Amino acid sequence: MSREVVILGAGMHPWGKWGRNFVEYGVAAARAALADAGVAWRDIRFVSGGATMRCGYPGYVAGATFAQALGWQGAEVNSSYAACATGSQALAAARAKILGGEVELALVVGADTTPKGFLAPARGERPDDPDWVRFRIGVTNPTYFGLYAQRRMHLYGDTVEDFALVKAKNSEHGVHNVLARYRKRFTPEEVAASAIVAAPLRLMDICATSDGGAALVLASRDYARRLGRGDAPRLAAISVVTPTFPSALLEMPDLATDGAMAATPASFRAALPQKAYEEAGLGPEDIDLAEVYDLSTALELDWIEDLQLCPRGEAAALLRSGATRLGGRIPVNPSGGLACFGEAVPAQALAQVCELVWQLRGQAGARQVEGARAGITCNQGLFGHGSAVIVTR
Amino acid sequence: MPSTSSPPAPLLPGWYTLGEPPQLIGSHCAGCGSHYFPRLATGCRNPDCSDSRLEDVPLSHNGRLWSFTTASYQPPAPYVAAEPFVPFALAAVELERERMIVLGQVVAGVDLDTLRIGMAMELVIEPVPAENEPAGRLLWKWRPAGAAP
Ligand SMILES: [Zn+2]
Repeated sequence: MSREVVILGAGMHPWGKWGRNFVEYGVAAARAALADAGVAWRDIRFVSGGATMRCGYPGYVAGATFAQALGWQGAEVNSSYAACATGSQALAAARAKILGGEVELALVVGADTTPKGFLAPARGERPDDPDWVRFRIGVTNPTYFGLYAQRRMHLYGDTVEDFALVKAKNSEHGVHNVLARYRKRFTPEEVAASAIVAAPLRLMDICATSDGGAALVLASRDYARRLGRGDAPRLAAISVVTPTFPSALLEMPDLATDGAMAATPASFRAALPQKAYEEAGLGPEDIDLAEVYDLSTALELDWIEDLQLCPRGEAAALLRSGATRLGGRIPVNPSGGLACFGEAVPAQALAQVCELVWQLRGQAGARQVEGARAGITCNQGLFGHGSAVIVTR
Repeated sequence: MPSTSSPPAPLLPGWYTLGEPPQLIGSHCAGCGSHYFPRLATGCRNPDCSDSRLEDVPLSHNGRLWSFTTASYQPPAPYVAAEPFVPFALAAVELERERMIVLGQVVAGVDLDTLRIGMAMELVIEPVPAENEPAGRLLWKWRPAGAAP
């Protein structure tokens, strides 16, 4: 790539259950990112919004909604929706504009206000929609997390104590993050004492849904140099590949995999970082920290293996060795992860990148991963959307 | 108000047979041999197969337990719960012939501690609660093969 794209600014609105309009969170995050970048809103020539499906029409056209709230100034605008990968998709749109030489400076924003309890499908009697059918049958998101966790216990000998240790580890990290919703240390014993939701997983193994907002300011390397910020972290890769046929794993919201008689199934989760590694010209051995989508504690262990940070089946051993905690060989979710944030769908993938930016700049305070030079994020959403992003210094 | 004696109708008509043994109805591609559930109206999903003639086929009645979990809290609508809500188990079963994993509720009364990944499972049809229909609606469920009905 002849042109390079850097991240000039990162900003977030704290995660919580505030119950306010999502636009407030997005605007606060955008202003924080602009201030962090040291650029004026007027100079942004492309606004890329991560859409939300839970806040009515302004949410569907989030890019324009945020641009209007910040003050119409004639920039080009985009709105992206890709489930949990929404932020990365919005990020990819902005990066493409800069790589194509059309603009020098872009703003990416995602924010959400979530309802209480389980995420539920759109209303009406819609048996053609697999999302409707699975909820009618009683299959919620935690159902899938429970199935995967049980599978890990069977295949690799993971225990519920391992899963609880993931939560305890992430809570240790989140204590140091003022942007996190939950900033309390939890012991494995406290996790084990919480109610079963989707066996073997308990309430504290499963992430909550939250309100929050996150934003990034992207620029060409040349533009950053002219601002005296030529050393800004580089957006080295964005992977948004689809799964390949046939599906290997029962994925949300499906009730069945493809039959596997015609071809050999391959892992979707593993394909996401693989493409990002190839694009960045890096391997798992080059990664200093990872922000992974811990929708459940057990899922963090799956991701660690999908990222090839250890061989398949050995993530629990890696966790027990302390390697994935701050100060370890490869800290995972130094931000505290979804365990401490809760999921704010269109903002989450951007929040993961915000953490990488602060870590690579050495600004993460008590959460700092010493000498971090490369970080990776990953997440997976419904209907074959997922992403992995690599940022380097 | 519907009579309590009216026989239950399928919750998802055309998704399964009600005969003995009951079977899910899927799509089969004659071109590449792939199976799908639920049925596909859009042709084969194999990217290397251009065949659009899918035929309806009954899927294996039996399979092996791939994984299982519970719904310990009441799921949100459109799920319809009995009053009071009774927690239930869910199973993902890999169909014997098609090597396709299909998710479904586990019949009531199965002790979770007796479930083992890899054990033989079979499909049954049972009523589940439905809005304003006391007899409920018929849905597929999984149970350990050979378990007493
Ligand atoms: Zn085919």
